[in-house]
Amino acid sequence: MNVFLQNLIPLIIALIGAMIWLAFNALILVYCERKFAGHIQRRPGPFEVGPHGILQPLIDGVKLMGKQLVRPDNADPVLYWLAPILSMLPVLLLYMPIPYGPVLTGMEVNLGLLLILAFSSFNGLAVILAGWASNNKWGVLGAARAVSQTVAYEIPLLLTVLTISFMTGTLNLTEITALQAGHIGHWFIWKQPLAFLVFLIAMFGETNRAPFDLAEAESELTAGFHTEYSSMGFGLFFMAEYGYMVVMCSLCTVLFLGGFHGPIPGVEGWWWMLAKTYGLLFVMIWARWTFPRVRFDQLLNINWKWLLPLATFNLLATALIIKL
Amino acid sequence: MGKFRENVIQPILDCWSLIVGLKITGKFFCKPLVTVHYPRQVIDSENLRTYGGHVELIGKPKDPATPKCISCMMCVTNCPSNCLKVVKQKAPKPTPEQEAAMAAAKEAGEKVVKPKAPKNPLKFTYDYSKCSLCGTCIDNCPAKALQYSNNMYWVVTSRKELEIDLLARLKEQATELSAPAPKTEAKSAAAEKEA
Ligand code: SF4
Ligand code: SF4
Repeated sequence: MNVFLQNLIPLIIALIGAMIWLAFNALILVYCERKFAGHIQRRPGPFEVGPHGILQPLIDGVKLMGKQLVRPDNADPVLYWLAPILSMLPVLLLYMPIPYGPVLTGMEVNLGLLLILAFSSFNGLAVILAGWASNNKWGVLGAARAVSQTVAYEIPLLLTVLTISFMTGTLNLTEITALQAGHIGHWFIWKQPLAFLVFLIAMFGETNRAPFDLAEAESELTAGFHTEYSSMGFGLFFMAEYGYMVVMCSLCTVLFLGGFHGPIPGVEGWWWMLAKTYGLLFVMIWARWTFPRVRFDQLLNINWKWLLPLATFNLLATALIIKL
Repeated sequence: MGKFRENVIQPILDCWSLIVGLKITGKFFCKPLVTVHYPRQVIDSENLRTYGGHVELIGKPKDPATPKCISCMMCVTNCPSNCLKVVKQKAPKPTPEQEAAMAAAKEAGEKVVKPKAPKNPLKFTYDYSKCSLCGTCIDNCPAKALQYSNNMYWVVTSRKELEIDLLARLKEQATELSAPAPKTEAKSAAAEKEA
């Protein structure tokens, strides 16, 4: 019992920490996204609530919560409400194995990488449930597209991640970070530039971010799978999307950019992890306000004709070099 | 070889355009803002000039109270939202002399010259609540008699008020132009706002 408690308490603390971290990130990222978009279009972005609109996301959240929760007639109530929860809950778990700092790791898991990949696929399930249970044709179409996209982009993502674990011989994210200790030259981005590139692109596809945001194509599908969701039902999907973005960027940092290790020996800490993750997140936001949305066939072509062969080639080459 | 070039080399070269795109938006990100913070700043004439408000008539250069419009109905037929109404003027009743001249012409077998109706319209109303500001009427007007106004600070409290008599508006503008007194007043009000 004692051992059980000893394991449970840190886990609960970590889960609560992950929750706070997730909510905090969602607020910050929404604000950053809108400000970034504003400045690219040379307008101020949110400006009225608080100094420079800093309280805007908070007010948005309050507004979102104040709205009525509606369910369409004849929609399956259980599945309909399960979907947003199912998209939100696994995100909390995803934060667990990521080493944010030397001690700031939620849970040491030997199969951390596998855990992240396994639980991030829950999003696909949530999306298809949401679309199907909405009793709405746009919802179903959006869900079908979203799932074919997520499934497609998962494969190159897996293959690149596999390359790293081939190289390091482990699935433990803490160990992978430890292997990149020292100066900037030890980061895996130099050893696996192609994998980094494929991961970056697949990351966009996996998190449904522009230019691959076809799952929520508001111009063609009115809003895709979450057409029928209002209030916090929509809010949870929204938060989950930002949550996945943060997880993917953190993962990318851990795998390729040295995790919490700084570029010169001796400097390390969670601030490095945070800086790199946010750097990647800004690249994602930047790309969103630069590139137009791709067509669906283009989206699948990019994946099956380019990312998948490149990732496979990279994996085989890595395996060959390791064997030699 | 051509296929290889088309399918493999070209896409890789095309990726450069993505970098160019990022460079452009990055540059814009660093540039100063161009929007006017309206209640805090007064909109300057430069921005007011480029503002496309509701449709309005343009007066004749010599007679600003009369529109350049020739009542051809092009704008009415082309408007997709059906928000313009133009009523043509009727020909004036011929005076006795004219009538006599007409009768004489008829007897002589010559061309009868009837008095012509004035070209400018009798009524020109416009429903802003329906207008989509598509500009079709402006583009199609053969007399170039329409333009977007820069009537920016216009507030109404009911939908009825959105139906504007454009002829009356043109007359008002013309009198405003000829009497410069209210203009300075407006300016001082703007200055007050700024302070
Ligand atoms: S702008 Fe378009 S909608 Fe408006 S009055 Fe002209 S033609 Fe009609
Ligand atoms: S198209 Fe121009 S000239 Fe013709 S009726 Fe309309 S405003 Fe007048």
